Amino acid sequence: MPAVERPLIYANLRKPGYTVDLDCYLRHGGYEALRKAVALKPEDVCKEVETSGLRGRGGAGFPTGMKWKFLDRKSGKPAYLVVNADESEPGTYKDRQIIYKDPHQMLEGIAITAWAIQAKQAFIYIRGEFIHGAKILERAIAEAKAKGFLGQNILGSGYSCEVVVHRGGGCYVCGEETGLIESLEGKRGYPRIKPPYFPAVLGLYNCPTIVNNAEPMAQVKHVLAFGGAEFAKIGIPGDSGTHIWGVSGLVKRPGLYEIEAGKATFGELLYDLCGGPLDGRKIKAIIPGGSSTKILKVGERFKGKLANAPSSTGRSRHPPRLQQHRRVRHGLGTAAPSSSTTPSR
Amino acid sequence: MHESPSSAPARALKPETLARAPGIVAQYPQKRSATMPLLHLVQEDRGHITKEDMHWVAELVGVTPMQVLEVVTFYPMFRQHPIGRRHVRVCRTLSCALRGSYALMENLEKSLNCPRGETSPDGDFTLEFVECIADCGCGPVVHVDASMHENVRPEDADKFAAQLKATLKDPAYGQHPPVPGTPEWNG
Repeated sequence: MPAVERPLIYANLRKPGYTVDLDCYLRHGGYEALRKAVALKPEDVCKEVETSGLRGRGGAGFPTGMKWKFLDRKSGKPAYLVVNADESEPGTYKDRQIIYKDPHQMLEGIAITAWAIQAKQAFIYIRGEFIHGAKILERAIAEAKAKGFLGQNILGSGYSCEVVVHRGGGCYVCGEETGLIESLEGKRGYPRIKPPYFPAVLGLYNCPTIVNNAEPMAQVKHVLAFGGAEFAKIGIPGDSGTHIWGVSGLVKRPGLYEIEAGKATFGELLYDLCGGPLDGRKIKAIIPGGSSTKILKVGERFKGKLANAPSSTGRSRHPPRLQQHRRVRHGLGTAAPSSSTTPSR
Repeated sequence: MHESPSSAPARALKPETLARAPGIVAQYPQKRSATMPLLHLVQEDRGHITKEDMHWVAELVGVTPMQVLEVVTFYPMFRQHPIGRRHVRVCRTLSCALRGSYALMENLEKSLNCPRGETSPDGDFTLEFVECIADCGCGPVVHVDASMHENVRPEDADKFAAQLKATLKDPAYGQHPPVPGTPEWNG
């Protein structure tokens, strides 16, 4: 069966005429999930996210619900939520779309997450180069505050959370969570040593901090909308929801493809959705998840920590199809295959 | 600390810049966090950051000027020297490189009469290579001031350069977020 897209996060923003303003978002069912969330106890929201099996999308694929569990709630210090939108892994460009085209979706996820971990202050650390992106978010925050979705007394619950957009300075290392925290504190973005600086215990201003990637923030909205158990049915056991694959390089249709987790191979992604390599070329190698992952040559077996489904690049349907290649799922960095091709002879 | 190469003393910051600063500082639980936003604010005002600006920021956020300089010198986006009227940044990371960004750079050097890493003699353009700017599906991409230009093919360098020269007369260039159907929207 050819690979198909299952847009969840990108479902609305791809509709013609969809705009970034709050009215448009509300017309598409916006902030209903937040309403659901604040009617639940914070710990029940955490439970929903844990049940959903949602994992991080920054590269490590750490379970989001478990990350929230690690938050030190006994210290008495304020908790912070930091959203990592410092999208700088080469080949990764999924968050730009969310920020530029559907900012409220991410803000709703932030409000839900902040409620779940009871953070009174959230920061969105956005790439310094996303100058307009920061403005779009700031405008969206102001709109959401005016309607009571953010800021003081969210939806009459008595709970308040402020969101601040913080622009980076073009520094790759600030995408690492502790480097990002240093940067947010107004210092050079040198990563901290773990232990003792686990953000959930000693994060921003040495307070308990949750650092989440921008994409799971958008996913959290859907977790609440579906309910954790329903959401877990999307994708495969151990990796639920959708993954946005940013394909770049010398393929016919580079772009962003949202696919159910684990439901397509690299071969299907590159041939069915991206149309294969440019004419007169054949695929030589791919970088599966940004430059921090290992380059995979055609015919090479994937060997990794999560290689519970190892397989080689087969040639069964379209040579040199990466057909039996490892299923597209977590553990492969930030989902950003760049295809390097070579002219065929 | 590097001195500004221009002999004329830097002008004062605009009143609206000064007026916005306290609000930015107040957003943060700890003042020092406002260092980077204030530096961005200064740089948007005058195009670069002077020694005096760093003293001003230091005072606002309650650190020493040296601690502000540490930040300025760490982040590639902050600069202590004036640049051309348009800041042209060509992505050279793999996805764009595969799509021809090095050839594009060579052609732009000729079309804009500006060697890479430098400012053109007329002061119109500063041309640089940058690392991934997160728009990899539309490579090669060129980031000019606040605007993103996608799918700039090497053979179109002349046309693109002419387009950029025309923007010099357009005060609204890059001032507004993109609208549907324009670059930064195509992904």
